[in-house]
Amino acid sequence: MLKVEETQPVEFSATLIAKFGEILTRFPEGKEKSGLLPILHEVQAEQGWLSAHAMDKVAAYLKIEPIEVYEVASFYTMYFLKPQGKYVLEVCRTGPCGIVGADKIMDHIESKLGVKENEITADGLFSWRGVECLAACGYGPVLQIGPEYTFYENLTAEKVDTLLEELRKK
Amino acid sequence: MARKLLLEHINVPGINTFDVYRQKGGYRSVEKALKTMTPEEVVEEVKTSGLRGRGGAGFPTGMKWSFLAKPEGVPRYLVCNADESEPGTFKDRYLMTYIPHALIEGMIVSSFALGAKTSYIYVRGEMMPQIRILERAIAEAKNAGYLGKNILGTGYDLELYVQPGGGAYICGEETALLESLEGKRGNPRIKPPFPAIAGLYGCPTVVNNVESIAAVVPIINDGGAEYAKIGIGRSTGTKLISASGNLVKPGVYEIDLGLPVEEFIYSDEYCGGIANGKRLKATVAGGSSVPVLPANLTLKLANGEPRLMSYESLSEGGFITGTMMGSGGFIVYDEDQCMVKNTWNFARFYHHESCGQCSPCREGTGWLEKILHRLEHGHGKMSDIDLLVDVVKKIDGNTICPFGDAAGWPVAAAIRHFRDEFEWHVREPLKSQETNYGLAKYAEPIAKAEVTTDN
Repeated sequence: MLKVEETQPVEFSATLIAKFGEILTRFPEGKEKSGLLPILHEVQAEQGWLSAHAMDKVAAYLKIEPIEVYEVASFYTMYFLKPQGKYVLEVCRTGPCGIVGADKIMDHIESKLGVKENEITADGLFSWRGVECLAACGYGPVLQIGPEYTFYENLTAEKVDTLLEELRKK
Repeated sequence: MARKLLLEHINVPGINTFDVYRQKGGYRSVEKALKTMTPEEVVEEVKTSGLRGRGGAGFPTGMKWSFLAKPEGVPRYLVCNADESEPGTFKDRYLMTYIPHALIEGMIVSSFALGAKTSYIYVRGEMMPQIRILERAIAEAKNAGYLGKNILGTGYDLELYVQPGGGAYICGEETALLESLEGKRGNPRIKPPFPAIAGLYGCPTVVNNVESIAAVVPIINDGGAEYAKIGIGRSTGTKLISASGNLVKPGVYEIDLGLPVEEFIYSDEYCGGIANGKRLKATVAGGSSVPVLPANLTLKLANGEPRLMSYESLSEGGFITGTMMGSGGFIVYDEDQCMVKNTWNFARFYHHESCGQCSPCREGTGWLEKILHRLEHGHGKMSDIDLLVDVVKKIDGNTICPFGDAAGWPVAAAIRHFRDEFEWHVREPLKSQETNYGLAKYAEPIAKAEVTTDN
């Protein structure tokens, strides 16, 4: 169920609008809707999540109905429909990662950050969640952090600690 | 040491750049195809090679190409399926990360063969680093005159674009992928019409896996007949296998099809055996969707002959004693792994990833997850085991796309081969929370093939 969060109107930066334009050159005339997924990634990379206002603006830009954006944003798991921590740690929990200790990594992150899955730390820096197969099964356990989806492989509790320290210092 | 067609230069420093790739003989196939061959001749070479789709279905690539409709004045598209999401499979990520130009080169030759002027590589959104790598490789190739207008002065034009997905396993299904590429939810389409007739934007389209497209390069360089000499029977050529789980050396390996499974798992050239000195309990040979096999049936066929890494040998015995090649996602379980827990894990995955379009799949995958959850957590009943089989039967074949079947097969296979372990979870609800069922009899030689008509 798509729950719309109360938010303020948003503005898109000139850089972002320029990126939209570049994306649309990839598709034939009249097929601009194909740009929707990459455009939503760009919006999320700049704003951290997809608010209803942001989605409405995307709809207006692509000259499609807002529902066409909502239904896509709510279908794909990478789009956040709620504000998240600055860094979202997404830990693979599927099969192969499961048998090499993904559960322990998630438990460790939960206790280290002191927040449950999909909750945000008080300083607004972190949230975390378990996600399904990230196609890195030979290097498990793994986690990724958007918006560039940097990968952290062969995780141990110590590696997670170091990572969290590094991100805090950034 | 087996020959390498795709990964030969994987360890050459800078092979991800155009210049080094070119020095190592890269883009020869583009010159050969565009300058000396007709598109039909390229298709014929691929047919001769016997190459079968490397994404999971194993359908002959050349034949798929020959089905493409060619109405006058209608654009045709080639779309590369790089939505690698099948649990256990990570070969395409590896290829795109380290030798992106192999995919770009294959895309140019394949697009030429199909008469496509615009082609897309649909990459799963989580692979943002790989998307950047491919975009850079495309820019390099374009700069060198291998993409864009009038490629190498031959008059052939091609634009190649990378499209990110949004994180949905179902978009690996080709019609869902096309829906997604059109900016919609990834709901699979009803077939027919097949994409070869009405695909992207309603135009004739071919969708091929990353590895299939990269394999076109050696096929054109050396000829389809040379490629067909590698392998065994109808399993020609080399295949990338993603090995994961409790192995000494998990990773991506290029094998000649026909390699014995035992050699793949235990030889130092490949996976180096089971990690931590443990014993092999089970394998999933081709990605999470294919039936799981106990150790004894992994290594040997029901008649006692060695099982080989080929499409035919892996599926020998059908779903009773065999499995499938699938995408080549080879997951290995040691004696400490719980098959009920693993089956529940996969069921959760399928429930999470079901697109929700067909009721049997949307509801059925939820049932499977729920029942397996209670079995794994010590709340199961003996009747739950047959209930699972019943739910699987009611999904199987009753959905638009093969996702529903793929969600049910691992459950049916786990119960078929590991029923003892499921029953033990019901009989010993407390003990099963603290300890594992262990290796049991799953590695013992099989006296004779057990043939049942159940599941």
